[in-house]
Amino acid sequence: MADTALDMHSRVAVAASSDPPRHHVIVRVTHWVTALSCLALLVSGTEIVISHPRFYWGENGNVLTPALFSFPIPSSRATVSTGYGYVLPDQNGWSRYLHFEAAWVLVLIGALYLIFGLVSGHFRRELFPGAADRSWPALSRSLRDHLRFTRPREEEAWSYNVLQRLTYLGVVFVLFPLFIWTGLAMSPAVTSAMPGVVTAFGGRQTARTLHFLLTVLLVVFVLIHIGMVWLAGFRRRVTAMITGDAADRKSV
Amino acid sequence: MSGISRRTLITRGLAAAAGLAGLAVADRIADRYGLLPPDGGGVYGPGETLTYAVHRLLTRHSFAREFSRSQISNPPFANETERPTDAFKRLQAGGFRDWTLSVDGLVARPTSLSMDDVRRLPVRNQITQVICEEGWSYVAEWIGTPLVEVLNLAGWLPRARYVVYFSSEPDTWESIDMADALHPQTLVTYAMNDGDLPVPFGGPLRLRVPRQLGYKSVKYLTRLTVTDDLKRLGKGHGSASADAGYAWYAGI
Repeated sequence: MADTALDMHSRVAVAASSDPPRHHVIVRVTHWVTALSCLALLVSGTEIVISHPRFYWGENGNVLTPALFSFPIPSSRATVSTGYGYVLPDQNGWSRYLHFEAAWVLVLIGALYLIFGLVSGHFRRELFPGAADRSWPALSRSLRDHLRFTRPREEEAWSYNVLQRLTYLGVVFVLFPLFIWTGLAMSPAVTSAMPGVVTAFGGRQTARTLHFLLTVLLVVFVLIHIGMVWLAGFRRRVTAMITGDAADRKSV
Repeated sequence: MSGISRRTLITRGLAAAAGLAGLAVADRIADRYGLLPPDGGGVYGPGETLTYAVHRLLTRHSFAREFSRSQISNPPFANETERPTDAFKRLQAGGFRDWTLSVDGLVARPTSLSMDDVRRLPVRNQITQVICEEGWSYVAEWIGTPLVEVLNLAGWLPRARYVVYFSSEPDTWESIDMADALHPQTLVTYAMNDGDLPVPFGGPLRLRVPRQLGYKSVKYLTRLTVTDDLKRLGKGHGSASADAGYAWYAGI
């Protein structure tokens, strides 16, 4: 097909601007939508926990049964004895609406990311460890670098190291699917159609407790993630995830 | 540049128009097949609508999990209720012999049933879980007559889309669609475990909807209204809890 003058024009403009973006636009958009959804899920999830800050194992649990663990915080329900002389205002209405809407956004944007990652080769090229990295020495070297807080080398701004790749793979393919699974296991309607979703865990209270523990894991991941971005150069890495531009401005 | 923007503008305009038309058609189809919840407007509408529509497509005929006798919670947990009214206390003093359940709205024969009338209807017992939106749960055996038996007795009309049910507690009413209203497990319950349904658990009469969260299982059931429109009740969100900011559909 013959190039039109307009196509030529735009191609020249792109070539002149700089290198290809560090992160594909789909990665950037899905990253920030995921971040916002997770924030909404965390805030609303915390409000939901406040209505019953007790966790159990197995099928059933309530204030008449012993807790696996509980939090010494005031509750938004008078039925939970907390040792505090007051009850917090009930926030479960909007919290639960927001929780499930944010979950939908996360699932839909996650599906887009999954399709993109498979079709474009993003998972294969950028997340799955390369041949040279798939060895214990390579892994322990990366681990050592992290434990010593070695500042990442310049070329690492363009590629993920092996520990980073494994962590992202774990979050994308283990943590998030488990979140969805344990979440669905708490739904009376979903478990009516698919009882295996909850019986696989041995009961809905186990699913609820795991859902909470996964949250702790995700929060730890996010804190380390932000810490690492800080260490690697906060402004440039965040810019790369917003505009796709990862070039060192001082050297340009 | 103007050539690109004009072409983009036209394409985007067409896409937006097609999208809007598609949404309008989808909205009409969804409404026809009963996939739109009464609280589907507002900020949290999209999430609620997605959940409800998906559940109606996947769980219309599925059965809530039933448990073995050995899994019955002992003791069960009775959630807090309002202080009983004087009228309720009088009925309680009379052993609830004068308690009535009325059926009105889109029915051929508006009816008022005594407790004995309800007990004469076909009996169903089921061991199901009460799941509170706060997170706790317990399992009990519930004995009563399926709501569909009461609805058939009154002759519900084909136009019916929802059943609204009222408690003797002031401002306590809920509604369910016909999929849940006609479901065999939706139970007009008058007994629990080994005896009459205790007052703290909703006695003398409670509507148990085991495929949804506990707040849909209204205690002290006094009246059923069959309808095809929820807009004219309360603030128009379909239930007292939806008017108070909680999701109308609670199958999550």
